[in-house]
Amino acid sequence: MDLLSLYEVMLRIRAFENAAERASQGGVQAFGQSATSAAYVRGPLHLSTGQEAVAAGVCAHLQMADLLTSTHRGHGHTLAKGADPTKMMCELFGKANGTNGGKGGSMHIADFEVGMLGANGVVGAGITIAVGAAHALKLQKKKQIVACFFGDGAINRGPFLEGLNWAQVFQLPVLFVCEDNRISATTVSASVTGGGGVSSRAQSLGMASTQVDGNDVLDVSNHAKALIDKVRATSQPHLLHAVTYRLKGHVSVDKALYRPADELSKAWEKEPLRFAKGLLLERGHAATELDALEAQVNHQLEVATQCARDAQWPLAEAAFSDVADCAEGVWF
Amino acid sequence: MTYAQAAAHSLSLSMDKDDAIVALGEDLGRGGVFGQYQGLRDKFGPDRVIDTPISEAGIAGAAVGMALAGMRPVVEMRVIDFALCAIDEIVNQAAKNRYMFGGQGRVPVLFRMPIGLWSGSAAQHSQSLESWFTHVPGLTVIAPATAQDNFDLFQAALTLPDPVLYLEHKELWSLQGEVDTQNTLAIGKARCLQHGEHLTLVTWSAAVHRCLSACAQVAQQGVSVELIDLRSLWPWDKDMVYRSAARTGQLLVVHDAVQVSGFGAEVAASTAQVTGCRIHRLGAPRIPVGYSPPLEDQTRISVDTIAQTILQLVGEAHVA
Repeated sequence: MDLLSLYEVMLRIRAFENAAERASQGGVQAFGQSATSAAYVRGPLHLSTGQEAVAAGVCAHLQMADLLTSTHRGHGHTLAKGADPTKMMCELFGKANGTNGGKGGSMHIADFEVGMLGANGVVGAGITIAVGAAHALKLQKKKQIVACFFGDGAINRGPFLEGLNWAQVFQLPVLFVCEDNRISATTVSASVTGGGGVSSRAQSLGMASTQVDGNDVLDVSNHAKALIDKVRATSQPHLLHAVTYRLKGHVSVDKALYRPADELSKAWEKEPLRFAKGLLLERGHAATELDALEAQVNHQLEVATQCARDAQWPLAEAAFSDVADCAEGVWF
Repeated sequence: MTYAQAAAHSLSLSMDKDDAIVALGEDLGRGGVFGQYQGLRDKFGPDRVIDTPISEAGIAGAAVGMALAGMRPVVEMRVIDFALCAIDEIVNQAAKNRYMFGGQGRVPVLFRMPIGLWSGSAAQHSQSLESWFTHVPGLTVIAPATAQDNFDLFQAALTLPDPVLYLEHKELWSLQGEVDTQNTLAIGKARCLQHGEHLTLVTWSAAVHRCLSACAQVAQQGVSVELIDLRSLWPWDKDMVYRSAARTGQLLVVHDAVQVSGFGAEVAASTAQVTGCRIHRLGAPRIPVGYSPPLEDQTRISVDTIAQTILQLVGEAHVA
């Protein structure tokens, strides 16, 4: 995928996050903010603003049939894997035509049709699920691979060890992507992480790892292409450590005032869209062309958001479907 | 055949029919810690009878992923106590997946996790935690008491599209019983072991056998008990229990699990609400299982205790 296409994917993720952020104000009581019933997006909304290059750069090299598991901060991965932004926004708005019929919302966004097996409200929980899916693919002698996204906070959970060890022992086709935004909710990850971090933990299990600049979409993309090809060809897991920065708070109503102000302002100077735009200008793309592309993507998201506002709520009886087939209808 | 062999044979027949079934867990290759996978590695090979690391969260989480990718894993947790290491994977992932993703996926995983006392195994290998899982929407909970039921219910569980908690009892592994391999059984149908007039006795798993002995004891004193083995706890056979309790007017639920917040409370409350019958529960005291025999015995629901409780309840009813 060329840089312009990667830039467009990142623009789409940024526009989605911005629209969701606006629609979520007052959606949850947290961080000193109170909830109002007027908010369109309710509950905790975890934005990946600033982390777009990781999702775009990795997913650019996945095939439609490849599988992906994500985190609670999963909109970018889902969009980059090919999900429809309108259906996703409808899900965030809790509408019947959302990807999950309104049953999951942001934290459980999923689109199995594009191989996106789900965001997860539990840190690190997607890791063992990704490994199991890869185990099945190997037993079924399929050529698909699994991309498993998780954050730097997840490497301190047990399933990280259990999942990576499993993938290594059974030689499974998984690309583990540690999207390292350097903060675990509101705590600096380095202050709660022993040893050399994610790469050295993978290497201690015998798994190869590669570190990239997670704010440079070309760096992510170039390495991801080689690693995905390798994982597919050899059925060996590999860890990609992408260092990035979370520009927003833990959730959308978190102003993240616990961070030094200059850290944030410096991060905005190095953020991935600005960086990619600079490269595109250097390569001869006209500013007007890039602005027009940005306007077009923003307009698409405005339309998607309007669709989500206008869409129908799920019927109340939908609360009782897809629980389980056995004893369906017996709720007490 | 034994209760353990019945399950192994049942699993073997299901694996013959369905290539998507794999078994995974610790020490399965040598037949499982209780022999409940005996012979399966030789027959199906290491790709379908998979020896895993000691990683309960990994096993349960991998099973969810396998299921989403089209397989039907049988997960061995060794004892239910160890399944607590995988509680997120069972409760937040397996049980919720179909619902929270709006029906996009299915998680047909059979979680096999033996319950009950296992002499001298103390606090972390002896628990009966069935009510932890009956509480969770999305899970089916099965607790067979006989070799035939273990054969039948194992096969039935392997046809469901959703996660199943399959709770065998460690004191039943060597229990012998005739097994008709042509038999089939629907999940949610209880078994009435004997009809009676004075009291309805509801139980499941290994306690069924002790309750049967207690019924024989009290019969000598002219007390006639209707004994029901629920076989599955979710769904449970409300029709059979309600009809029986409405007729006898008196319900006793017996289980090996701690009585407080045990599943007996659910059966008793629901039955009283519908039939207005008198209710009583008999379960273990709310203490951890001790190692030494005199300590362990305090958590054992014995035949004598069950018989005494029946006589007391029937006596009280007559006085009333």
